[in-house]
Amino acid sequence: MKKLVEIVAGVGGGSLTATSVVEEHLDRIRTRDGEIHAFNLVTADQARKDAAKIDADIKAGKKAGPLAGVPIALKDNMCTRGVETTCSSKILQGWKPPYDATVVGKLREAGAVIVGKTNLDEFAMGSSTENSAFGPTKNPLDVSRVPGGSSGGSAAAVSAGFAAASLGSDTGGSIRQPAALCGVVGVKPTYGTVSRYGLVAFASSLDQIGPFTQDVRDAATLLEVIAGHDPLDSTSIPQPAISLVPVLDHGVKGMRVGRVTDLPEGCEPDVLERLEAAFDALRNAGATIVDVELPSLQYCLTAYYLIAPAEASSNLARYDGVRYGNRVDAPDLNAMYAATRESGFGEEVKRRIMLGTYALSAGYFEAYYGKALKVRRLIYDDFARAYTKVDAILTPTSPSVAFKFGSKTDNPLAMYLCDVFTIPTNLAGHPAMSVPFGLGADSMPVGIQVLATTLGEQSMFKVAAELERAS
Amino acid sequence: MTEKISRETVIKVSRLARLSLGPEQAEKMTAQLAGMLEHFRDIDALDLAGVEPMTQPYPIKNVLREDVEVESLNREEVLGQAPAAESGRFRVPPIIGFDV
Amino acid sequence: MSENPVLPNGWQLVVGLEVHVELATKTKLFSASVNRFGDEPNTNIDPITLGLPGALPVLNKHAVELAMRIGLALNCKIRPCAFHRKNYFYPDLPKAYQITQYDHPLNVDGFLMLPGEVRIGIERAHLEEDTGKSVHFGGSSGRIHGSDYSLLDYNRAGVPLVEIVSRPDIRTSEQARQYVAELRAILLAVGASDAKMEEGSMRCDVNVSVHRFGTPFGTRCEIKNVNSIRSVGRAIDYEARRQVELIEGGGVVRQETRHWDDASGRTETLRTKEDADDYRYFLEPDLVPLVPEQSWIDQVRLALPPLPAARREMLAELCGVDKNGESAIVVVERGQDDYVREVIANGGDPRRSVVYVQQAFAELGPKPRVPAKDLAALTILERDAKVTSTQAKTLLTELIEAGGGDVAAMAAKRGFEALDTGALEAMVDAAIAAEPGAWKKYCDGEEKALGALVGAVMKASKGKADGKAVTALLQAKASA
Repeated sequence: MKKLVEIVAGVGGGSLTATSVVEEHLDRIRTRDGEIHAFNLVTADQARKDAAKIDADIKAGKKAGPLAGVPIALKDNMCTRGVETTCSSKILQGWKPPYDATVVGKLREAGAVIVGKTNLDEFAMGSSTENSAFGPTKNPLDVSRVPGGSSGGSAAAVSAGFAAASLGSDTGGSIRQPAALCGVVGVKPTYGTVSRYGLVAFASSLDQIGPFTQDVRDAATLLEVIAGHDPLDSTSIPQPAISLVPVLDHGVKGMRVGRVTDLPEGCEPDVLERLEAAFDALRNAGATIVDVELPSLQYCLTAYYLIAPAEASSNLARYDGVRYGNRVDAPDLNAMYAATRESGFGEEVKRRIMLGTYALSAGYFEAYYGKALKVRRLIYDDFARAYTKVDAILTPTSPSVAFKFGSKTDNPLAMYLCDVFTIPTNLAGHPAMSVPFGLGADSMPVGIQVLATTLGEQSMFKVAAELERAS
Repeated sequence: MTEKISRETVIKVSRLARLSLGPEQAEKMTAQLAGMLEHFRDIDALDLAGVEPMTQPYPIKNVLREDVEVESLNREEVLGQAPAAESGRFRVPPIIGFDV
Repeated sequence: MSENPVLPNGWQLVVGLEVHVELATKTKLFSASVNRFGDEPNTNIDPITLGLPGALPVLNKHAVELAMRIGLALNCKIRPCAFHRKNYFYPDLPKAYQITQYDHPLNVDGFLMLPGEVRIGIERAHLEEDTGKSVHFGGSSGRIHGSDYSLLDYNRAGVPLVEIVSRPDIRTSEQARQYVAELRAILLAVGASDAKMEEGSMRCDVNVSVHRFGTPFGTRCEIKNVNSIRSVGRAIDYEARRQVELIEGGGVVRQETRHWDDASGRTETLRTKEDADDYRYFLEPDLVPLVPEQSWIDQVRLALPPLPAARREMLAELCGVDKNGESAIVVVERGQDDYVREVIANGGDPRRSVVYVQQAFAELGPKPRVPAKDLAALTILERDAKVTSTQAKTLLTELIEAGGGDVAAMAAKRGFEALDTGALEAMVDAAIAAEPGAWKKYCDGEEKALGALVGAVMKASKGKADGKAVTALLQAKASA
């Protein structure tokens, strides 16, 4: 499976054609996606057209873009003009946005070839992609197991070689956790570095778009392209272009890497063993391991599961069958709203809308949402203190390797615990990424999470690159 | 934090959210929400006096846009995606039980 | 406390007004599609306007500037502020939440002065987005109840509004009308809005309560659908009487929203408080705080034009008229005070200048075509009694129609000249002698008899006599 940077070099240099590359990937999709179901929609015809155009442009002497010819898959919660965008929900089945998300425009401009829209937990709510209204995605490494979620399709697409890279979205771990479970690299950048314009909102103050790739270099390359200030997104940080690829070979000598002493319980022993091995590897490469305390870590799950559903309950209120999406007719408007949303939304989505509505409602606001926002401040402050002592922190990404289908669907809380290590960085707005680091139980991959402070992507990538070298 | 969430509250919340829950669903939802909220009581142990709420991960302010027009979306393209449309407008069933 | 002319003794009226104003920006508050009234439905739309999945708001700088102008003109303090989501379901609300300002509004704690030095407090003036428009079909009245379906146009959705909330300092319906009129004049003067109630770019909701003197304020009702300044007064008068009658009859006023029906002149229940939605306000996570820098605020303040009250005062002083009188109000409202100033600078008689403009320049806009020196000349002709006031009116009409001219020549052409007092008195004596019957009746108190006498003088003078002067002479002789 060709790496992203290989393809760019090949297509740009003339040793590869975009057309041949896209055909190779479409072939793999044809062969195996029937089983894996990474995609909601494969845009084969358009992909071939796009690839042909890139080849023609390069032949005509035009300069190749930084992603020239790279087949990329997009999570199906990013708006693609004229191309169905469903968020894996019945309520948006068949909906074609009249506009492109900003990142989609950036990819096209860079010469990437979009091969399709990938499956997700409905409206990005879940940790296994079992909440998709169109059926789950299977983990390419073991089809009896989940790929993780909510960006399960995007992770599987890279893991199975259907795309050289893909984009996902991460609100509580939805890029990093599936990356860990599928054995690929997944990055959630600093909140505000990648535009959210055109990303269907789940929780506005937590959502970020990020890359899935086969290795750290590919991730750095892709992130450099999609990051950048966007005037269409008020929460977009005014920032200079980030530079990541140049630091990948710097190593970690002299860096201080944090070990969290009060890590929440519930992590499987095989995962903890890999974490120790990761610390060893960094120590061997010249980093110092420093203990850090994050006392508020244990409260993050609660804070997240009050804040995210609260924002989601408001963001999902627009799905009312009036202007777009599917409608269930009724004699009057209120009945239409209720019938449309009842049949259009799955169980998990309804549950989170209910939780969020409750947390915001009169009489309960302070007790729930109000408190959760204060806990958010506490974890932010904990991290700030920690980052005075360290340049990066390591934790497990997921408490376990990929689990079997149906093993957590009976108890929503059990599913929520999958995110216990990833949620804190969303609350703080910090970057974090998952790097495959060996195998755990049942020979399934284990991902190690590298965390850094706001706009600390360079430190994060240095550590990640080192881990990758040692893995 | 307040007392255990009741079925009445769940029904009221479902109305606010325009989700129609049947009696079985309401029962199940009440149990599940009660369980979650019980778990979330852990933050009651924290002393949050004097802690500023955090709503924004990155401290930006004053993001403003110049008052310059951009072309409208194409009405036909948009209405083509609407569940029901008539005379260039979106059509909905009668708005009974609302105010003007 | 002044007695309310409309209410029975012992009852006091309390009114607060919430005025929504559409700002005169080119584009909407949070997106860049056009802000324009009257276009084909759904032709000014974008992802935010329609509440499409993935859409994000970005604040319009000019809307903030206009909102600051309003705040400063209303003597408010401008504060660091933020935006909240107000969540509820309604088809004209595309995101199912309105982005508004809740407990951190842009402008707070101001006031507006009414004529007679009455000060009405302004609690706040904040920014929020407007909703789309719905039209109802089927049923009988075009109102919602009993309609078969509704159609939605989102052109107006997202248009910038400033909501101006007064304190409940208004005590009469007349004050309420003055408040709305003055607010409108201010909005026009600072260029914030065209404030046309008939087009909906200015909307008033009226809060009315009554109480007996010396007791706490009563329960208030909110009245909607008040679409003109006149309706503001009528609705308040009706509602105040309704509440008084209800209480005096042993009833209790319910806190509710009522609908004003201008045709029938009554308010009707629209919704009660129990039906009110829980709006679940929370800080808008897609926006960031707005903290206008002091330099920006100062710049806006410096650029404010003189406000209507100040302009009326200056005009009144210049012309020797009452600053709260009709000529000052009307002339400033039309923006013609600068023109009057110019007329006076050209030698025009101050009082006559403002009165002529008030009486005859209604259709002429802020820059009348009539050259100031020509109007000045006309005022001097009348002042110096070279023409009668009746003749002056005729010349004024001709001047306006012609867009200017040499008034002395115009007067001569028409053969206008005022009669001097001596000649006039002689004619009056002659008329009295010629109509002794009418004279006796008039002296006995029959006012109608005056007409015959005045008519006789006008006939004898071939229209050159000044009717007012003739009347005055006859009155003087009758009472001598």
